[in-house]
Amino acid sequence: MEQSAPAIQFFTAFQLSDIWFLGEAAGRTLLIAALSIPGGTVLGIFFGWVLSVSGWAGASSLGLILDVFRSVPLVIQLILFFNFFPIIGIPLDPFQAGTVVLVFYTSALVAAVARGGIEAVEVTIRRAARSLGMTYWQDLRYIVFPIGLRAVLPSWTGVALGVLKDSALVSVIGYVELLRASQILVIRTQQPLLIFAVVGVFYFALSFPIARIMERLELKWQND
Amino acid sequence: MDYTFHWRPVFRRLPELLEASVLTLEVSVLAMIIGILLGLLLALIKMSGNRSITWFATSWIEIARNTPALLQLFFFGFGLGAYGIHFSPFLIVLCALSFNNAGYLAETFRGGFQAVPDTQLKAARSLGMTLSQTYSRIIIPQVMRIVYYPMTNQMVWSVLVSSLGMLVGFHELSGATQFEASRTYRIFEFFAVTAVIYYIIVKLILGASKLIAWRFFRNEAG
Repeated sequence: MEQSAPAIQFFTAFQLSDIWFLGEAAGRTLLIAALSIPGGTVLGIFFGWVLSVSGWAGASSLGLILDVFRSVPLVIQLILFFNFFPIIGIPLDPFQAGTVVLVFYTSALVAAVARGGIEAVEVTIRRAARSLGMTYWQDLRYIVFPIGLRAVLPSWTGVALGVLKDSALVSVIGYVELLRASQILVIRTQQPLLIFAVVGVFYFALSFPIARIMERLELKWQND
Repeated sequence: MDYTFHWRPVFRRLPELLEASVLTLEVSVLAMIIGILLGLLLALIKMSGNRSITWFATSWIEIARNTPALLQLFFFGFGLGAYGIHFSPFLIVLCALSFNNAGYLAETFRGGFQAVPDTQLKAARSLGMTLSQTYSRIIIPQVMRIVYYPMTNQMVWSVLVSSLGMLVGFHELSGATQFEASRTYRIFEFFAVTAVIYYIIVKLILGASKLIAWRFFRNEAG
């Protein structure tokens, strides 16, 4: 009977303070998303504009590069660039490398969306704007942007939510975000189902409200 | 830059990588087929309006769409594993990918069915068509046209997501690459070649999809 009493407890059950640990990690997921989604969107709109005006030359250079970013799994991109930055003499930590890759990945997805938005605006409307004396940039800012935005808002929302969820993959190169934190907890508590459920709820709470708000906005704009 | 690239170890392992890409294609195509069937079922359940079962379809769709695919993979791999349900790596990836595909495709199909006006069904029926004729000749062809391109995208997505299999010990293209890379420490070179292989696979899928679309939709206006 004496031998059966364990001297050391290897695994400790899931407790309330672990929620805090996960919450912190969720903050890091939000941080990397908050950096890469706006950054990638701005860059992607610029790329989309370049693609829409440059024709053949742009499609065969920039278009090809962006196409590669869209056609290669994000995990592969992350591992590839995480190992590539030290080769060219700029070793980045997982957070920096992850953010850089996510920004370019997002920009590649947004570029296709932005290009679609620009091309959704009829040429006749733009000509009318120019004939009314608007400059090229005024035409882009006051005509193309508002009309194009309404056309592609659902696609952009899809991209943004996709990147929010895909940021989980940065855990592969060692950044402790929400998913990685959950793995650490699983190893300690040996309660994977419970912890994955909690983490699922965290992601759901981040992603679902945004999806609903965007749907509302879309409906509201349709009725304008 | 004092790094010397060594590509030879990669090319020596190219047959293994190509073999693994066949496995990638296998699992993603299979997951796509299961995803289409389940997605269709979920879409029909959700449109049925029967409250006692729509909650099931709704929660499946929302969980699949609002949590990372990697989490879903871990759930099928490690989550169920803790309760004595042990799947092989192939089955883990297949289940997670089918679950994910079904969630996204259900919404695609629902959108497709809703885009065909109800009045067409009534018109076809009043012209004397049976219900199955109406569906097979009027409704389904139109729905197919609407959901075809989203489905192509989902197929590409299926291939890209299958790369996560490497994290649950599945030796498809990414898993095999990681295995070979860790034997030679040529991580960058191996993953660069794998990136090229993925790009080619995706282009092949898009090309095949264009051919099929040309074959089936060329006679239709628009």
